[in-house]
Amino acid sequence: MASIPMHQGLLLAGILFALGLVGLLVRRNVVFTLMSLEIMLNAAGLAFVVAGARWGQPDGQIVFMFILTMAAAEVSVGLALVLRIYHRFKTLDADAVSEMKG
Amino acid sequence: MLHLLWLVPALPLASFAVLATLGKRMPRRMVPVLGAGSVGLSAVVAIIITINFLSSPPPGNHFTQVLWTWIDVGGFRPEIAFYLDSLSLLMTLVVTFVSFLIHFYSAEFMEEDEGYSRFFAYMNLFVASMCILLLGSNLLLLFLGWEGVGLCSYLLIGFWYKDPVNGLAARKAFIVTRVGDTAMTLGLFLLFTNLGTLDIQELMHRALAQWPMGSTLPVAAGLLLLGGAVGKSAQLPLQTWLPDAMAGPTPTSALIHAATMVTAGVYLIARTHVLYSLAPAAQLAVAVVGAATLILAGFSAITQSDIKRVLAYSTVSQIGYMFLALGVGAWSAAIFHFMTHAFFKALLFLGAGVIIESLHHEHSIFKMGGLRKEMPVAFWTFLVAGCSLAGLPLITAGFYSKGLIIWDTWSSTRGSAALWVAAVFGVLLTSLYTFRLIFLVFFGEMKTQIHKRPGFRMLMPCVVLAVLSVVGGFVDTPGFLGNVHSFTDFMRRALPPVTEGPLRGMSELGSESLVTLAFLIGLSVAYLFFIRKREYAEAITTPVLAKSLHRFWYADWGMDWLYERVFVRPILWFARVDKGDFVDYIYSGIALFTELLYHGVRKTENGRMRWYAAGIAAGSIIFLAIVLFL
Repeated sequence: MASIPMHQGLLLAGILFALGLVGLLVRRNVVFTLMSLEIMLNAAGLAFVVAGARWGQPDGQIVFMFILTMAAAEVSVGLALVLRIYHRFKTLDADAVSEMKG
Repeated sequence: MLHLLWLVPALPLASFAVLATLGKRMPRRMVPVLGAGSVGLSAVVAIIITINFLSSPPPGNHFTQVLWTWIDVGGFRPEIAFYLDSLSLLMTLVVTFVSFLIHFYSAEFMEEDEGYSRFFAYMNLFVASMCILLLGSNLLLLFLGWEGVGLCSYLLIGFWYKDPVNGLAARKAFIVTRVGDTAMTLGLFLLFTNLGTLDIQELMHRALAQWPMGSTLPVAAGLLLLGGAVGKSAQLPLQTWLPDAMAGPTPTSALIHAATMVTAGVYLIARTHVLYSLAPAAQLAVAVVGAATLILAGFSAITQSDIKRVLAYSTVSQIGYMFLALGVGAWSAAIFHFMTHAFFKALLFLGAGVIIESLHHEHSIFKMGGLRKEMPVAFWTFLVAGCSLAGLPLITAGFYSKGLIIWDTWSSTRGSAALWVAAVFGVLLTSLYTFRLIFLVFFGEMKTQIHKRPGFRMLMPCVVLAVLSVVGGFVDTPGFLGNVHSFTDFMRRALPPVTEGPLRGMSELGSESLVTLAFLIGLSVAYLFFIRKREYAEAITTPVLAKSLHRFWYADWGMDWLYERVFVRPILWFARVDKGDFVDYIYSGIALFTELLYHGVRKTENGRMRWYAAGIAAGSIIFLAIVLFL
């Protein structure tokens, strides 16, 4: 397998992270917000894997496993919240759901 | 069995903790079981210890139980340790037993109150603090209990906190006693810096070894401790808090007056008696304070119309007797009077509670009357206690304890004829105001209808205390009357006996006869004015001079008026003037700035998720930039 230079992998991770962040900031729909979060988490996971490959250590992949698990948990909670929000407000607009402000 | 000693304060303290945390959720019937039961158990432990102490006295007639070291810093090493000798043993026994009866009574008295568990929690803490005060082997632990009873009296006097008047009375009691406590704290500092310990027994040894008789230091220490005692025991000039303390529930008054807080000062002086025997000037001050208080409070008691205030002034006056006894070196006589006073004064308050409760919370004795036939148990027990207070000869406990004090005032080296005259005059006043109270409340025609009758739980403690108010005196009788000295002998294990002075040409029989004469004069004057010829009583108070004198005594010799002008108003004025000074501006500035900041920051919290995310992202970028480029 041809080795990929580390900076290319990190660049990809960075671009993905930025895309996710932009998506999080501009999309109003809660489902899209969740998807953007997933992209950002995967970007972080990619950065770990790249770093692990660079130093020849398994740590990066182990951390990715953690991120995967956490993402699954987050999505299950997030989707449950989305359902509740839709049930209550009949909309998925995140800005409309600002009731919990202090 | 003496090692059970720690249980005496621990039981009410534990009950306080449970009642304070779980009291509201607890079934209502459990509250008095726990509240009164813990004090009852404590009394049982005290009785077991007493039996043990009498049957097999510990070496040196004292016993110390060290639980743990409280603080250990730079040579200052007070311990949590309890010291038991015949003085603290007797006082603990009386305090726990009388407190138990009062708790038992409260179970019915406070039944319909909403703060039922709160009341018992405070009362338990009160008893626990008092036991710590009595048993503490060093002055610091004693001071802990001392402040504990101060706190509890504040909480209990202001128990019905919804009425601002009660809160005011509670604050007054707290602040006035704090004045005395300041003096006491200074006394403790003085003792520690000069003698290097606060352990009472060690302190007394070192004082004897290091301080010459009559030098300045013991006098100063004695006077400072006297300051604390005067505050707690409501003696001149700090007695003004006690009559106002009547705002609290009646069982509280009984507890504060009879057995606990107000006698703390007597105990403190008896406990440090070595110090006072080294300082005749300070001891004379104790005697003078006592004698002056017993006369002044007696006059005030004659003029009061609220039944509980009469009793409050009576307490002030009787504690005056105890101070007088301490002042002439009659240590055990003071403790004897403490014991009999605990019995009859507790009974008088409990009786007053029964009357007030049955007459729909009527406090004025001029609106009572004729209760003799209607409430026989209350009448007879109240009569017994009243006779004991006034000192009805031969059969009542008060006669023996007061007679002993008065005789010692005459015969002791530190006594004097002037003090004796004051004490005998005090008997006349006591007899006058006591029988005025009894005649007005129980004789004549009825003025207020009886609203409800107290049950067994309120009358039982009254009967027990009535028996004690009679037989409590037979443990120590004068030389011409059986010559029993078991009380004095018991006290001699801890307190030195009276040093008999030159016979001033009167025998003990003569002194007691004159006391009896004073008692009879007071009784007959009360009979004349309040039963036979009520119009005389009105005629004597009509002239302008008599009226203003009456008002003067009624208002506690203008003491409150004086304090209001000398202390309260100048301080309030100064506080008002001082309010807008430079330092205040700094703090108001800080407050203003914080408030502005709040209004700014508040805007950022708008519930918009994307706004928050943007904030987090921007913050991370700024933070990273700082880390990378700076």
